[in-house]
Amino acid sequence: MRLEYFEMIDQVTSLDRDAKRIEARSTVPMESPVFEGHFPGHPLVPGVLLTETMAQASGYLVLGLTDFSHMPFLMGVDKARFRTFVPPGTVLTVTATLEHEGSGYAVTKAKIMTEGKPVCDAELRFRIMPFPDGMDSLMRAQGKRIGLLGETA
Amino acid sequence: MSSTFKTVAGIISETADIPREQITPESHAIDDLGIDSLAFLDIAFAIDKAFGIKLPLEQWTQEVNEGKAPAEEYFVLKNLVARIDALVAAKQA
Repeated sequence: MRLEYFEMIDQVTSLDRDAKRIEARSTVPMESPVFEGHFPGHPLVPGVLLTETMAQASGYLVLGLTDFSHMPFLMGVDKARFRTFVPPGTVLTVTATLEHEGSGYAVTKAKIMTEGKPVCDAELRFRIMPFPDGMDSLMRAQGKRIGLLGETA
Repeated sequence: MSSTFKTVAGIISETADIPREQITPESHAIDDLGIDSLAFLDIAFAIDKAFGIKLPLEQWTQEVNEGKAPAEEYFVLKNLVARIDALVAAKQA
Protein backbone atom coordinates (compact mmCIF):
# COMPACT_ATOMS: atom_id res chain seq x y z
CA MET A 1 0.00 0.00 0.00
CA ARG A 2 1.12 3.52 -0.70
CA LEU A 3 -1.44 5.44 1.29
CA GLU A 4 -0.47 8.93 0.16
CA TYR A 5 -0.72 7.87 -3.50
CA PHE A 6 -4.01 6.03 -3.00
CA GLU A 7 -2.43 2.80 -4.20
CA MET A 8 -4.37 0.62 -1.80
CA ILE A 9 -4.12 -2.80 -3.48
CA ASP A 10 -0.75 -4.55 -3.59
CA GLN A 11 -1.74 -7.67 -5.47
CA VAL A 12 -4.81 -9.43 -6.79
CA THR A 13 -4.60 -13.04 -5.64
CA SER A 14 -7.72 -14.35 -7.37
CA LEU A 15 -10.53 -13.30 -9.67
CA ASP A 16 -13.40 -15.79 -9.81
CA ARG A 17 -15.56 -14.89 -12.80
CA ASP A 18 -18.27 -17.42 -11.94
CA ALA A 19 -18.63 -16.28 -8.35
CA LYS A 20 -17.96 -12.67 -9.43
CA ARG A 21 -15.50 -12.32 -6.59
CA ILE A 22 -12.04 -10.83 -6.24
CA GLU A 23 -9.47 -11.33 -3.51
CA ALA A 24 -6.46 -9.10 -3.02
CA ARG A 25 -3.65 -8.60 -0.55
CA SER A 26 -2.22 -5.40 0.85
CA THR A 27 0.31 -4.62 3.54
CA VAL A 28 0.02 -1.41 5.51
CA PRO A 29 3.36 0.46 5.31
CA MET A 30 5.40 0.96 8.45
CA GLU A 31 5.71 4.65 7.70
CA SER A 32 3.50 7.18 5.91
CA PRO A 33 2.79 10.90 6.18
CA VAL A 34 -0.80 9.85 6.88
CA PHE A 35 0.31 8.53 10.27
CA GLU A 36 1.76 11.89 11.25
CA GLY A 37 -1.78 13.15 11.71
CA HIS A 38 -3.73 9.97 12.31
CA PHE A 39 -2.73 9.96 15.12
CA PRO A 40 0.48 11.57 16.42
CA GLY A 41 2.29 8.82 18.29
CA HIS A 42 -0.54 6.35 17.67
CA PRO A 43 -0.49 5.46 13.96
CA LEU A 44 -3.71 3.90 12.62
CA VAL A 45 -5.07 3.57 9.08
CA PRO A 46 -8.05 5.97 8.80
CA GLY A 47 -11.43 4.36 8.19
CA VAL A 48 -11.84 6.46 5.07
CA LEU A 49 -8.74 4.80 3.59
CA LEU A 50 -10.04 1.36 4.52
CA THR A 51 -13.23 2.31 2.67
CA GLU A 52 -11.09 3.38 -0.29
CA THR A 53 -9.32 0.02 -0.13
CA MET A 54 -12.65 -1.82 -0.33
CA ALA A 55 -13.73 0.49 -3.15
CA GLN A 56 -10.56 -0.16 -5.14
CA ALA A 57 -10.92 -3.93 -4.75
CA SER A 58 -14.53 -3.60 -5.92
CA GLY A 59 -13.48 -1.37 -8.80
CA TYR A 60 -10.85 -3.85 -9.95
CA LEU A 61 -13.50 -6.57 -9.72
CA VAL A 62 -15.77 -4.63 -12.09
CA LEU A 63 -12.84 -3.82 -14.39
CA GLY A 64 -11.82 -7.47 -14.46
CA LEU A 65 -15.32 -8.79 -15.10
CA THR A 66 -15.91 -6.25 -17.89
CA ASP A 67 -12.42 -6.66 -19.40
CA PHE A 68 -11.66 -3.00 -18.77
CA SER A 69 -14.47 -1.85 -21.08
CA HIS A 70 -15.89 0.74 -18.65
CA MET A 71 -14.74 2.65 -15.58
CA PRO A 72 -16.48 2.25 -12.21
CA PHE A 73 -16.73 5.42 -10.12
CA LEU A 74 -17.69 5.18 -6.45
CA MET A 75 -21.10 6.76 -5.88
CA GLY A 76 -22.30 5.34 -2.60
CA VAL A 77 -21.18 3.63 0.60
CA ASP A 78 -23.72 1.84 2.76
CA LYS A 79 -23.51 -0.12 5.98
CA ALA A 80 -19.81 0.57 6.54
CA ARG A 81 -18.50 -0.94 9.76
CA PHE A 82 -14.97 -0.68 11.17
CA ARG A 83 -14.41 -3.48 13.61
CA THR A 84 -10.80 -3.18 14.72
CA PHE A 85 -7.78 -0.87 14.61
CA VAL A 86 -5.29 -1.25 11.77
CA PRO A 87 -1.71 -0.32 12.73
CA PRO A 88 1.37 -0.13 10.46
CA GLY A 89 2.60 -3.47 9.13
CA THR A 90 -0.80 -5.16 9.13
CA VAL A 91 -1.33 -7.62 6.28
CA LEU A 92 -4.83 -7.24 4.87
CA THR A 93 -6.93 -9.63 2.81
CA VAL A 94 -9.46 -7.66 0.79
CA THR A 95 -12.44 -9.34 -0.88
CA ALA A 96 -15.29 -7.99 -2.96
CA THR A 97 -18.29 -9.72 -4.50
CA LEU A 98 -20.58 -8.34 -7.17
CA GLU A 99 -24.06 -8.23 -5.63
CA HIS A 100 -25.96 -6.62 -8.49
CA GLU A 101 -25.12 -5.55 -12.00
CA GLY A 102 -27.55 -2.86 -13.04
CA SER A 103 -27.79 -0.77 -16.18
CA GLY A 104 -25.02 1.79 -15.76
CA TYR A 105 -24.26 0.89 -12.17
CA ALA A 106 -23.00 -1.95 -10.00
CA VAL A 107 -23.28 -2.91 -6.34
CA THR A 108 -20.64 -4.83 -4.41
CA LYS A 109 -20.14 -6.15 -0.91
CA ALA A 110 -16.58 -5.82 0.28
CA LYS A 111 -14.69 -6.95 3.34
CA ILE A 112 -11.20 -6.66 4.81
CA MET A 113 -9.76 -9.32 7.09
CA THR A 114 -6.44 -9.73 8.89
CA GLU A 115 -5.24 -13.03 10.32
CA GLY A 116 -8.74 -14.43 9.85
CA LYS A 117 -10.41 -11.65 11.80
CA PRO A 118 -12.79 -9.06 10.32
CA VAL A 119 -11.44 -5.53 9.99
CA CYS A 120 -14.29 -3.80 8.15
CA ASP A 121 -17.07 -4.36 5.62
CA ALA A 122 -19.43 -2.27 3.51
CA GLU A 123 -21.84 -2.27 0.62
CA LEU A 124 -20.57 -0.08 -2.21
CA ARG A 125 -22.24 1.32 -5.30
CA PHE A 126 -20.53 2.38 -8.50
CA ARG A 127 -21.58 4.32 -11.53
CA ILE A 128 -20.27 2.51 -14.62
CA MET A 129 -19.24 4.92 -17.38
CA PRO A 130 -17.10 5.04 -20.51
CA PHE A 131 -13.46 5.76 -19.71
CA PRO A 132 -12.55 9.44 -19.68
CA ASP A 133 -9.87 10.20 -22.30
CA GLY A 134 -6.59 8.56 -21.38
CA MET A 135 -7.80 6.78 -18.27
CA ASP A 136 -8.16 3.44 -20.04
CA SER A 137 -4.39 2.97 -20.44
CA LEU A 138 -3.70 4.19 -16.90
CA MET A 139 -6.10 1.68 -15.40
CA ARG A 140 -4.70 -1.12 -17.53
CA ALA A 141 -1.22 -0.22 -16.29
CA GLN A 142 -2.50 -0.34 -12.71
CA GLY A 143 -4.21 -3.65 -13.43
CA LYS A 144 -0.96 -5.05 -14.76
CA ARG A 145 0.96 -3.75 -11.73
CA ILE A 146 -1.28 -5.61 -9.30
CA GLY A 147 -1.62 -8.78 -11.37
CA LEU A 148 -5.22 -8.27 -12.45
CA LEU A 149 -4.54 -8.32 -16.18
CA GLY A 150 -2.71 -11.61 -15.75
CA GLU A 151 -5.84 -12.96 -14.10
CA THR A 152 -8.12 -11.76 -16.89
CA ALA A 153 -5.90 -12.75 -19.82
CA MET B 1 -53.58 3.06 -7.92
CA SER B 2 -51.60 -0.09 -8.82
CA SER B 3 -49.51 -2.04 -6.37
CA THR B 4 -46.51 -1.38 -8.63
CA PHE B 5 -47.02 2.36 -8.28
CA LYS B 6 -47.35 2.08 -4.52
CA THR B 7 -44.11 0.14 -4.32
CA VAL B 8 -42.29 2.60 -6.62
CA ALA B 9 -43.64 5.62 -4.77
CA GLY B 10 -42.53 4.10 -1.47
CA ILE B 11 -39.05 3.49 -2.86
CA ILE B 12 -38.77 7.05 -4.17
CA SER B 13 -40.05 8.51 -0.93
CA GLU B 14 -37.58 6.54 1.16
CA THR B 15 -34.57 6.77 -1.15
CA ALA B 16 -34.88 10.44 -2.15
CA ASP B 17 -36.47 11.63 1.11
CA ILE B 18 -39.55 13.03 -0.63
CA PRO B 19 -42.88 13.14 1.25
CA ARG B 20 -45.04 10.32 -0.03
CA GLU B 21 -48.04 12.62 -0.63
CA GLN B 22 -46.04 14.62 -3.18
CA ILE B 23 -45.55 11.56 -5.38
CA THR B 24 -48.35 10.94 -7.87
CA PRO B 25 -48.64 8.91 -11.10
CA GLU B 26 -48.34 12.19 -13.01
CA SER B 27 -45.11 13.22 -11.26
CA HIS B 28 -42.02 13.63 -13.42
CA ALA B 29 -39.16 12.12 -11.45
CA ILE B 30 -36.68 14.77 -12.58
CA ASP B 31 -38.73 17.89 -13.30
CA ASP B 32 -41.34 17.59 -10.52
CA LEU B 33 -39.57 15.59 -7.82
CA GLY B 34 -36.06 16.97 -8.40
CA ILE B 35 -34.39 13.56 -8.48
CA ASP B 36 -30.88 13.81 -9.94
CA SER B 37 -29.14 11.14 -11.97
CA LEU B 38 -27.20 9.65 -9.04
CA ALA B 39 -30.29 9.50 -6.85
CA PHE B 40 -32.14 7.85 -9.72
CA LEU B 41 -29.49 5.11 -9.80
CA ASP B 42 -30.19 4.44 -6.11
CA ILE B 43 -33.90 4.25 -6.94
CA ALA B 44 -33.18 1.96 -9.91
CA PHE B 45 -31.23 -0.38 -7.61
CA ALA B 46 -34.15 -0.55 -5.19
CA ILE B 47 -36.60 -1.13 -8.07
CA ASP B 48 -34.35 -3.82 -9.60
CA LYS B 49 -34.24 -5.61 -6.24
CA ALA B 50 -37.94 -5.22 -5.46
CA PHE B 51 -39.15 -6.53 -8.82
CA GLY B 52 -36.27 -8.81 -9.83
CA ILE B 53 -35.67 -6.91 -13.06
CA LYS B 54 -32.99 -4.74 -14.65
CA LEU B 55 -34.24 -1.31 -15.67
CA PRO B 56 -32.50 -0.49 -18.98
CA LEU B 57 -31.44 2.96 -17.83
CA GLU B 58 -28.52 3.29 -20.21
CA GLN B 59 -30.76 2.57 -23.19
CA TRP B 60 -33.43 5.00 -21.99
CA THR B 61 -30.88 7.75 -21.35
CA GLN B 62 -29.35 7.26 -24.78
CA GLU B 63 -32.76 7.42 -26.46
CA VAL B 64 -33.62 10.64 -24.62
CA ASN B 65 -30.24 12.22 -25.33
CA GLU B 66 -30.49 11.35 -29.02
CA GLY B 67 -34.02 12.78 -29.25
CA LYS B 68 -35.53 9.39 -30.09
CA ALA B 69 -37.89 9.51 -27.11
CA PRO B 70 -39.13 12.25 -24.78
CA ALA B 71 -37.94 12.00 -21.18
CA GLU B 72 -41.60 11.87 -20.09
CA GLU B 73 -41.88 8.44 -21.66
CA TYR B 74 -39.61 6.98 -19.01
CA PHE B 75 -39.55 9.39 -16.11
CA VAL B 76 -43.22 10.27 -15.56
CA LEU B 77 -44.11 7.74 -12.91
CA LYS B 78 -47.19 6.25 -14.57
CA ASN B 79 -45.03 5.52 -17.62
CA LEU B 80 -42.18 4.19 -15.51
CA VAL B 81 -44.65 1.91 -13.70
CA ALA B 82 -46.01 0.62 -17.02
CA ARG B 83 -42.47 -0.23 -18.15
CA ILE B 84 -41.76 -2.00 -14.86
CA ASP B 85 -44.94 -4.04 -15.30
CA ALA B 86 -43.87 -4.92 -18.86
CA LEU B 87 -40.41 -5.99 -17.70
CA VAL B 88 -41.91 -8.14 -14.94
CA ALA B 89 -44.37 -9.71 -17.42
CA ALA B 90 -41.57 -10.39 -19.90
CA LYS B 91 -39.53 -12.06 -17.18
CA GLN B 92 -42.44 -14.29 -16.16
CA ALA B 93 -43.34 -15.22 -19.75
